[in-house]
Amino acid sequence: MDLWFSEKHTPDVKLSLRVERQLFSKQSDYQRIDVFESCEFGRILALDGNIMLTERDEFIYNEMIVHVPMAVHQGISRVLVIGAGDGGVVKELTRYSRIEHIDLVEMDPMVVDACRQYLPGNACQLDDERVHIHYENALKFIRYCENEYDLIIVDSNDPFGPSEGLFTKEFYGNCYKALKEDGIMVNQQGSPFYQQDADAMQRSHKRIANTFPICRVYQAHIPTYAAGYWLFGFASKKYHPIDDFDSKAWNDLHMRTRYYTTRLHKGAFYLPAFLEEMLEEVE
Amino acid sequence: MLDRTTEFIRRQNRAPIHEALEKFRNLRVVPFDVPGHKRGRGNPELTSFLGQQCVSVDVNSMKPLDNLCHPISVIREAEILAAEAFGAAEAFLMVGGTTSAVQSMVLTACKRGEEIILPRNVHRSVINALVLCGAVPVYVNPQVDRRLGISLGMKVEQVEQAIREHPNAVAVLVNNPTYYGICSDLRSIVKLAHDHGMLCLADEAHGTHFYFGEDLPVSAMDAGADMASVSMHKSGGSLTQSSFLLAGPNVHAGYVRQIINLTQTTSASYLLMSSLDISRRNLALRGDVIFREVRRIAEYARAEINSVGGYYAFGPEMINGDSIFDFDPIKLSVHTLDIGMAGIEVYDLLRDDYDIQIEFGDIGNILAYLSIGDRIQEVERLVSALAEIRRRYQRDKTGMLSQEYIDPQVVASPQEAFYAQKESLPIEQTEGRVCSEFVMCYPPGIPILAPGERITKDILDYILYAKEKGCSMTGPEDPNIERLNVLI
Repeated sequence: MDLWFSEKHTPDVKLSLRVERQLFSKQSDYQRIDVFESCEFGRILALDGNIMLTERDEFIYNEMIVHVPMAVHQGISRVLVIGAGDGGVVKELTRYSRIEHIDLVEMDPMVVDACRQYLPGNACQLDDERVHIHYENALKFIRYCENEYDLIIVDSNDPFGPSEGLFTKEFYGNCYKALKEDGIMVNQQGSPFYQQDADAMQRSHKRIANTFPICRVYQAHIPTYAAGYWLFGFASKKYHPIDDFDSKAWNDLHMRTRYYTTRLHKGAFYLPAFLEEMLEEVE
Repeated sequence: MLDRTTEFIRRQNRAPIHEALEKFRNLRVVPFDVPGHKRGRGNPELTSFLGQQCVSVDVNSMKPLDNLCHPISVIREAEILAAEAFGAAEAFLMVGGTTSAVQSMVLTACKRGEEIILPRNVHRSVINALVLCGAVPVYVNPQVDRRLGISLGMKVEQVEQAIREHPNAVAVLVNNPTYYGICSDLRSIVKLAHDHGMLCLADEAHGTHFYFGEDLPVSAMDAGADMASVSMHKSGGSLTQSSFLLAGPNVHAGYVRQIINLTQTTSASYLLMSSLDISRRNLALRGDVIFREVRRIAEYARAEINSVGGYYAFGPEMINGDSIFDFDPIKLSVHTLDIGMAGIEVYDLLRDDYDIQIEFGDIGNILAYLSIGDRIQEVERLVSALAEIRRRYQRDKTGMLSQEYIDPQVVASPQEAFYAQKESLPIEQTEGRVCSEFVMCYPPGIPILAPGERITKDILDYILYAKEKGCSMTGPEDPNIERLNVLI
């Protein structure tokens, strides 16, 4: 049988993965949720037809969004995670004993349920006692937070669907308010390659740069995301992602990773010329 | 509120104009008539922008599609269905905005030299109609809420007094509701008007949903009013510029049609008419559920905005049984002066910094328009943006002007003043003179000065302050509002 799942990265470019079978498909109040078993990438979670994660390459995303801030700010103990109902970010975070409290705000309970059932590799730490799941609109949740978190991780879908509110100036402003005076916000910042993605990336970078005194972008290669090339935003009130980076402290933790290393940490902030230009344009 | 019998549902399930257009499209009739774009072929750029579906039904009046100027088939059927849905004796499809409905209503009710009783906080279209027909306004000064700086409704006793002082007036016009959602005691005013042989007209530009929702203020037709102008395109979901004029049994429908045809286009847009038809069907069948949800969203938004602190999102708690006889719960108005910001400043920040466009901001308030298309996730954005604006910009409110109601001094009728000999003067030299034109902030489009009113120092101060705060001012010949035309 020749069954393929395709995601359009632009109207003229698509990525196709051969699928063994579909494990789950349901429309929630917010979006369509699908889980596939694929030949090359293991299980795939797709929301509204966009790949959120695959078992094969999720480690790149989750390691890069978690370990970079954790290696910069040694005092992180209270963390807010937005989106990320699959549990991948939480799985990495719970490896740190210094983290005491994780609030996970996910709008859609059905995502969490589907991942618990079909993607246990990601969802395995959602029951850690430090993790508190809130099924709520993140914009609303964070409006009520002030000076509470050391780290906020924004693990959203792309900005053209139900996650639109997580790419707005009001959201970033509320994150600033919710962070302590030395807090850090890390967000998935999309891809700079295709025009529509690049425009959205620029807009959100501009809004973050207007909100936080320190605002840098770093990159990773993620095969199933648009152009295989992904960006993260590092926004911070106090710590610089390289000047305040303590590689020794992190290496002393002896944490085994498959993508992140302290050498890569620095390298990830060195960006290609076209991207530097795009970012400078809006800074 | 409608009583929905099975028969009613079966009838209202039809949309005759929409159905005729669908049928017409399938016939693939060769067009040797207007419009000249010929189903979009002649204007590919427009077609690609608006879509083939849309331009293919941008057609002209013809036998199978009826004619709005003299409707006898599908448009007439749509009118009859609309009349039933709104509980009116007659309904007219309007394609020149609610402005055209209001004007037709006023032109039907009064002639040159006759008096009409109305609150001063009417939309400019009402006074425009007086310029056209030469009727004379008798203003009932609305009550003002001092804290919020907004005009309220008319008290029944004020209307009674106006009727006593002007027993020959031919009509009373009521805003149902005002832009801010405030309703006068319409039933009592209708009764008063009728007891004195006057018509009662309602401007329901902001009240479409009163006809379909549950537990909302009374609609004009339910209250027994003689005519009502209903902006279907505002809360009802039809295309911009489409509207309904409703009439009760005391008004001669043929005469209303003649009045409408004085100023109405003879090439009425089928896009607009079909949107009225489809929206009427939607509201008649599902309006109760739809507006229950809008109301829930509005109530949630008010509670969240009030919990931010500093703002006051006002609602039905304002009801006082008289000048605020009732309040439209789906209106979302927010008083901003307590964070030291004029409404217009918050309005500009929301758009420029947060990509959120609201309906208007005036001196002390903003209004976010909620309607059939709203969802909670956008409301969360609005509330969060307001919270951010407060965090970033809150300042002392000393020196902030509150909106004062300025009692107008009517010296000449709007028509006399508009057509009289006049001269243009720099605005600061016009104090004490009689204005021959309108000055207003748009939106909301309620005149600060109307033709025939005396210009006072208070009015000039207000205009200059509103300009300085960034209100977009319209009306006068001079677009920069640096000069005004005054009577010689």
